[in-house]
Amino acid sequence: MNLDFSDDQKFLQEEARKFLEKEQALNRNRSVLETDNKFDEDLWEKIVELGWTGIRIPEDYGGLGLGHLELCVIAEELGRFLAPVPYSSSVYLFTEAIINYGTDEIKKDILPKLVSGEIVGTLGVTEELHAPTKDNINLVYADGKINGKKIAVPDAGVATHAIVVAKSDKGISLQLVDLSTTGVTVEHQENIDESRGHFSISFNDVETKLLGDKVSGWELYETLINQAAVLFSYEQIGGSQASLDMAINYAKERYAFGRPIGSYQAIKHKLADMYIALTLAKSNCYYAAWALSTNAADLPSASATARVSATKAFQLCSKENIQTHGGNGFTWEYDCHMFYRRSKLLSLNIGSLSNWREKLVTSLEQSNIN
Amino acid sequence: MDFNDTHEEAKFRKKCREWLEKNATYKDDLTPQNDDFANADKIQTAKAWQKKKYDAGWAMLHWPKEYGGIGASSMERIIWANEEAKFDVPRGIFEIGLGMCGPVMMQYATEEQKERYLPPMAEGKEIWCQLFSEPSAGSDVAGLRSKAIQDGDKWIINGQKVWTSGAHFSDFGILVVRHDPNLEKHKGMTFFFVDMKSPGIEVKPIKQITGGSSFNEVYFTDVEIPDSQRLGEIGDGWKVAITTLMNERLAVGDAGGADVEDAFRWAKTQDSLGEPLLNNKAARESIADWYCEKSGLKNTKLRTMSALSRGDTPGPEASITKIVSAGKLQDIGNFGIDSLDMAGMLKTDNHDIKGFQNAWLGAPGMRIAGGTDEILRNIIAERVLGLPQDPRADKGVAFKDIPSGNS
Repeated sequence: MNLDFSDDQKFLQEEARKFLEKEQALNRNRSVLETDNKFDEDLWEKIVELGWTGIRIPEDYGGLGLGHLELCVIAEELGRFLAPVPYSSSVYLFTEAIINYGTDEIKKDILPKLVSGEIVGTLGVTEELHAPTKDNINLVYADGKINGKKIAVPDAGVATHAIVVAKSDKGISLQLVDLSTTGVTVEHQENIDESRGHFSISFNDVETKLLGDKVSGWELYETLINQAAVLFSYEQIGGSQASLDMAINYAKERYAFGRPIGSYQAIKHKLADMYIALTLAKSNCYYAAWALSTNAADLPSASATARVSATKAFQLCSKENIQTHGGNGFTWEYDCHMFYRRSKLLSLNIGSLSNWREKLVTSLEQSNIN
Repeated sequence: MDFNDTHEEAKFRKKCREWLEKNATYKDDLTPQNDDFANADKIQTAKAWQKKKYDAGWAMLHWPKEYGGIGASSMERIIWANEEAKFDVPRGIFEIGLGMCGPVMMQYATEEQKERYLPPMAEGKEIWCQLFSEPSAGSDVAGLRSKAIQDGDKWIINGQKVWTSGAHFSDFGILVVRHDPNLEKHKGMTFFFVDMKSPGIEVKPIKQITGGSSFNEVYFTDVEIPDSQRLGEIGDGWKVAITTLMNERLAVGDAGGADVEDAFRWAKTQDSLGEPLLNNKAARESIADWYCEKSGLKNTKLRTMSALSRGDTPGPEASITKIVSAGKLQDIGNFGIDSLDMAGMLKTDNHDIKGFQNAWLGAPGMRIAGGTDEILRNIIAERVLGLPQDPRADKGVAFKDIPSGNS
């Protein structure tokens, strides 16, 4: 029995934390939020130098050839510091899709450049102001080309490549696009966490490469986000812990009616509830990390369980952190809002809480929990 | 990361399971905890089971050999508990004695007393109870007022205890009382163990909202206790009581009873306005959330076990178990009953419906026993998160001068 990370993995996590602390990643988040930059280029370059973009990429392609567990500990730290970099889009989604579904030729072309930072990737699914489903994808793939538009694509302004979900007369497929190809138009879309830019991408007769096959693209997409959900969950628990820590520190220092507000039970119980939500989420993340790293049969329910509880934990911790800070928490000056914004971004990227609850119950129906 | 037992652990688990399979039957998850165990048949069944375990060496694994244990590791103890929990065996009656009274006797009793009292406790021959709470001392148990007056080599006890689980069938009890109300609250208490058959002890069962009676009022009128049955020094009562309460917090775990699997199975077949309840969006969201809570607790336990398995001290994670599971029990009970619409009022022979009704009626007790939701949140906030204590009106004041609302 060992539901824990190895000493090496813990060391990697510690190093990641020290690095992000030294680089003042949280302040960098604020800078990106306050300027027209869509990410922190300098931080991203340093992350690339550390090899983090190649953690899961096999050594044959220049990567570190490590496993998902190493990715989990990095994700937790990136979440804790709200790092304003396209890591989740490029690593959890794009890179994983190339590793899982790319042909040898595609892998040889793309993977080394992901390691070197020459390529940054993202994933485009949404087209309208509602959740994407197998039946409402309208971006068309025909004769090796795509036409249509994706919206709310995170990090597309930084990305060199994207994978998009497309439909053809055969069915749904995943298409790999070089965003510098003629016919691609990327436009910034204002969003509620500008530390991570969101963009629309229009495609006008754009040549693509097929990932996987022409019929089962939706299933491939589902598998991809079931795996990525574990990594997003780790970012969420990192952010939850940081929000809880902020709230605890403030509750100890801030006095009202002659005593620290943390001595009032109304605040204590609020913070205890945050701790409870975080502990449940964290334990579910450990299990899901194990399921991901061993490709366990119950990965769909394990990842949905981690995802639902981590989304709930981060939403609770980030909103109650603001509440604990009172008026200060509502100011731009305090960091509380950056966690609040990021909690929303992370809860929507790869799908909303209610849709993940639905996925969880569906997976329970399929596996029949009794 | 892996979920496999070590070779040694696996061997031990197999041994546990083989013995249990031979001697007991697997249980049905809807059996509620804290049910009425007052009737004589149930007590006899429980005693017989404990004796059987004792004879085979399973009764008190982690106790030293001389008191009826086998000196097992924490990990082995957990493995046994995990395996035993899968079987339909009576456990409730001995939990207080073995979980709280035993450890306190082990720490504070004389060698002779340990040899006299611990083996029969482990064997289930003698049942013990814990006499702490009083009508005016619940969450604030240090507010207790039962009096002990020293008279030569004995003490005379007067007062009343309450919520004493199992007092009506217990042979002995551990007792904390106030020997000096002129001292500060936490300094004026002394700790004893007492023969429940002593003259002057009167036990009155309390009828609970479930209709059952698992706990009691216990009245003390001029009850004599020899000084040799004092545990700890005079005035150390609170220190000794705290040791016991720490053991209680370790002993009180999952609330048991109807859980998400039961809600899920029920929702698949129960009609809801012409469709299976499981098609209802609100039902699905509730089931998803309960499943996350249940898995979260299960995986938290696995993290605790991982720490033990490595020989490390577990973190404070397990402190969330009762709060989460008792609240979930209440909500799931309510969900099941509500799904029957007007007919949810009716008692029936249906196994699932009984399970939901038992959960709903029993859960309020689980949210209070062994630390209320509120006290547990205070403990998490103060001991885990490091928040400051509330200012208190009872510090540095003689006990008799503390406001009680009764004067």
